[in-house]
Amino acid sequence: MVPFIIRRLIGMVAVLFGVSVLVFIVFILLPGGDPAERMAGKNPTPQNIVNIREKWGFDRPFYVQYVKMMQKAGTGLLPGPHGEYDILRSFDTRQDVVHEIKKGIPATFSLCIGAGIIWLVFGILVGVFSAVKAGRWSDRLITTFALIGVSMPVFWLGLVLRYFLAEKPAHPRFPDGGYVPLTTDPAEWALHLILPWFCLSVLFIGFYGRVLRSNMLDTMNEDYVRTARAKGLRSNQILMRHVLRNSLIPIVSLFGLDFAAVLGGGAILTETVFDLKGVGWYAAQSVGGLDLPPIMGVTLYGSFFIVLFSALVDFFYAYLDPRIRPT
Amino acid sequence: MAERLLDVKGLKVRFATEDGIVHAVDGVDFELDRGDVLGIVGESGSGKSVTAMTLLGLTRDKNTRFEGEVIYKGQNLLDLPESRLRDVRGNEIAMIFQDPMTSLNPVYTVGDQIVEAIVTHEQATKREAKRRAAELLRQVGIPNPQQRVDDYPHQFSGGMRQRAMIAMALSCNPDVLIADEPTTALDVTIQAQILELLDRLREDFDSAVILITHDLGVVAEVANDIIVMYAGRVVEHGPKRQLFYDPQHPYTWGLLGSIPRLDRPKPKKLHSIEGMPPSLINLPSGCKFRPRCPHAFDKCEEEPELKNRVEDREHLDRCWLSVDDKRRLRDTTIAGEARVA
Repeated sequence: MVPFIIRRLIGMVAVLFGVSVLVFIVFILLPGGDPAERMAGKNPTPQNIVNIREKWGFDRPFYVQYVKMMQKAGTGLLPGPHGEYDILRSFDTRQDVVHEIKKGIPATFSLCIGAGIIWLVFGILVGVFSAVKAGRWSDRLITTFALIGVSMPVFWLGLVLRYFLAEKPAHPRFPDGGYVPLTTDPAEWALHLILPWFCLSVLFIGFYGRVLRSNMLDTMNEDYVRTARAKGLRSNQILMRHVLRNSLIPIVSLFGLDFAAVLGGGAILTETVFDLKGVGWYAAQSVGGLDLPPIMGVTLYGSFFIVLFSALVDFFYAYLDPRIRPT
Repeated sequence: MAERLLDVKGLKVRFATEDGIVHAVDGVDFELDRGDVLGIVGESGSGKSVTAMTLLGLTRDKNTRFEGEVIYKGQNLLDLPESRLRDVRGNEIAMIFQDPMTSLNPVYTVGDQIVEAIVTHEQATKREAKRRAAELLRQVGIPNPQQRVDDYPHQFSGGMRQRAMIAMALSCNPDVLIADEPTTALDVTIQAQILELLDRLREDFDSAVILITHDLGVVAEVANDIIVMYAGRVVEHGPKRQLFYDPQHPYTWGLLGSIPRLDRPKPKKLHSIEGMPPSLINLPSGCKFRPRCPHAFDKCEEEPELKNRVEDREHLDRCWLSVDDKRRLRDTTIAGEARVA
């Protein structure tokens, strides 16, 4: 157990290092990425640019800049007041990046945890139902819906939902985008999130339903399911205890990584379409402005969740499948 | 006279598939008494496994059609609704399968899977069932059963898993134990142990065993009655001694000839039955073995019925050759010297 955690922590540091170096290098190589020229605004004098370079340290070697940036990102996570030059600031807006990400977390977490629960529950229901009814018209119907769900792009579905349910009606049932903190008004919080939850889950429900259906159909042909029938178990006991239990194992790893990705700011489209101002929205803003510090911040934040959840997945996997438990 | 447990009459099983109707089992009759060990022998696709699975209703499907009767304790299992049949499965008729590596669910302990069988059919607490599971594991020869009952299947060797399967099958004291190729996936040394175990437990539990195999050597050890199946039919049925010392059907001769033997001169090459088993969708007319039979003649274009043709009244076969011809031809056939014309 302890060696597992230590191994994972070392791995996490390595991944975060690799990812940050990669982002940094890509940024240096990117044309039009010189932050000094962008910060100097329109029609700058050459002296202006030189001054900016000097002040922000853009004239230093790239590895010095990298280390400095990482230091700032690190201190931003520590509690307490920080000196003016210890803060990782956006090149464009001069805002504190760590602070901005923290500000986006409640919206992102509200969106993703709610959507995650919805898509997991409904994905499993769809998968089980269509596997049990495999080949019948109800399976075909639900399979068609699942395919439609998988095929609808979030930006399109989100805009359509928002337009027809929140903007167009004279007395709309849903608010037109935005986020209300849970602590401010739980009812409004939920009301504001229903459409985004739906929008984000639809794709995953369709996908998980398809994966689980085919897993279950494979598992139904396993010899141990035949053994369970020969033992005289009821068909729903066989379905729950032997078929579903074994078919869920791959779903766990899928869910862990997908959930980590949206939690880590991957729900960019949903957050942007519904003005949720979460981490994904922040990432979209920063990418549009080629603003390195926020991009770096969001990337590290996202990578952290990916690494954390892949460790959790491994852990949970061993719980679900005794064959891979260390002995 | 021992108690009659199973009476199978005119059993036919057909599967509707996209390619046509598969006549998997086409007329199987046998009786099974308490204490019997019935061996069912045949190649892959001869219908032996389908016969066994049908006894438990495991082949039930909307594309499957059944004919005939499977009488167990006065009721026809083929007509029994699924809910009633469940009470028979694992409780009165239990089954073990070919591959012990895949027949146990990898995510539950061996003990849990035995407990599951017990609590399905009996009013027993989990604790009581688990105590019995450990006792069953002891009876099938698993060392340290108290500890091993909490092991997962992957912590067991192949032979141990098959012992665990047997323990599970015996957990509710079934009247009939169906063993479908129970030793095929195991080492030869383990095979003998498992067969011996089956035979000993049959006595201890006072049940009957149906042993399905493609290996005449396996039934030779334990069976007292043997059925040879070909293309979904019984082609020969008789007591073990009769079948081994006075085999009547050319297919049986072929099977006997394909066993390597140490007590005979070493042949240049191990004999095999020429050709392939027929498609069960387009069966040949007449005797189904005719295309592969070295002794086929005009009369074989009509299918012979399964009946007694020799002195022993219990010995039945499905071949037109006269008994004298059979006794004259079979030794050379078993030795692999006869060829299909």
